[in-house]
Amino acid sequence: MMVRRSGGGLALVLTFVIAFMLMILPLPALVEPLRPAWVTVVLVYWTMAVPQRVGVSWAWFTGLLKDGVAGTLLGQYALGLALVAFIVIKLHQRMRVLPLWQQGVGVFVLVLLEQSLFLWTRGIQGLPSPWLLVLGPAAASGVVWPWIFIILRDVRRRYRIE
Amino acid sequence: MRLAAFVLLSVLLMTLDRLHHLEFVRAGLGVALYPVQMAVHVPLQAGSWVYDTFSLRRSLVEENRRLRREQLVIESRLGRFDALEAENRRLRNLLDSSVKVGEQVLIAEVVAVDMDPFSRQIMLSKGTRSRVYAGQPIIDANGVMGQVVHVNPLTSAALLITDPGHALPVQINRNGLRSVAVGTGAAGRLSLQYLPNNADVRAGDLVVTSGLGGRFPSGYPVGTVTAVTTDAGRPFAEVVVEPSAQLERNREVLLVWPANVPIAPPGQDGGA
Repeated sequence: MMVRRSGGGLALVLTFVIAFMLMILPLPALVEPLRPAWVTVVLVYWTMAVPQRVGVSWAWFTGLLKDGVAGTLLGQYALGLALVAFIVIKLHQRMRVLPLWQQGVGVFVLVLLEQSLFLWTRGIQGLPSPWLLVLGPAAASGVVWPWIFIILRDVRRRYRIE
Repeated sequence: MRLAAFVLLSVLLMTLDRLHHLEFVRAGLGVALYPVQMAVHVPLQAGSWVYDTFSLRRSLVEENRRLRREQLVIESRLGRFDALEAENRRLRNLLDSSVKVGEQVLIAEVVAVDMDPFSRQIMLSKGTRSRVYAGQPIIDANGVMGQVVHVNPLTSAALLITDPGHALPVQINRNGLRSVAVGTGAAGRLSLQYLPNNADVRAGDLVVTSGLGGRFPSGYPVGTVTAVTTDAGRPFAEVVVEPSAQLERNREVLLVWPANVPIAPPGQDGGA
């Protein structure tokens, strides 16, 4: 039992590593504003599917890593991701039964919330907050959600992550 | 509740980080994330290697010829520059000036760009192990690019001059008029602050670093003025500058160790 669980954990961590790689992959300037918030999307999936394993603390430490990658103040993304995980855990039973596209809309709202918190903390630091730029990543995240959901569900079944 | 605890922890961390007490945590994170960055960087490098290896011989020959021609032009210009530098040093020695010309540089590769859509930052492949320090200027062949803000043992993060949080002391090359070039967050746009409406600035003017503030060496090109808008209702003119460095296109940048810092008068600290 223990062995199987640790194997699943490895796959779980690997999905996050891939999300981080997608996050820093250089993109042409045209597509750049439409880069989905990969880390947030992956986190939403795992908190929805296995809330007893991936919870607020997991989300917070992922956010801390994201801050390290993005060069933002340590804790900025951590705050947003912790809040996102909290909401998903509260609503996971309701979200699970929705059709995929409606879940996508939910992801759009969650990413919007995370980025708004991020912009808010930026505003406190006295940095400009371009509100319109938030819509691109949020919409792209909602659009890629069905595919990410299907891929990660296969990963979860294959490695029996429970 | 757990969420409340984490929210408080985030706020605490942000405050500490804002006051620069968490550089060691950041350095640790940087080392931990180094493999991920390399995993992205190496395939890209391999891609460009494949492209170089399999590109047509004809285009290579053509490129070679063009480069040779360019090199000739540049060499001749450099020769003239050397002569001028030597003359400059001689004249300065005559004047007994304390400003020394000549600085050390190191080439670093850009490992990651645009990690956050709202700021202009790049990740470089050199860190404290190459004696890189926070606040160090970075340039490319055409002009100033920005400065290092965080240093890890193997990598460092640099802020580009187009970042909205970056300000650079500059002067107009034509008449020496001083100003501050502030980033706008948009690629390819800086804005000159605090120039009165009747200031002598024209589109096409070259803007260079003034060396004031002591962080950047003086005389490096920053960009050219593209538009000057004066509005009688506002106290200052709106001056837009296009950076001359290829901020969004470079794969290699130069880290500069400035050497032309004026020697501090005795009994006084150099300061930073």
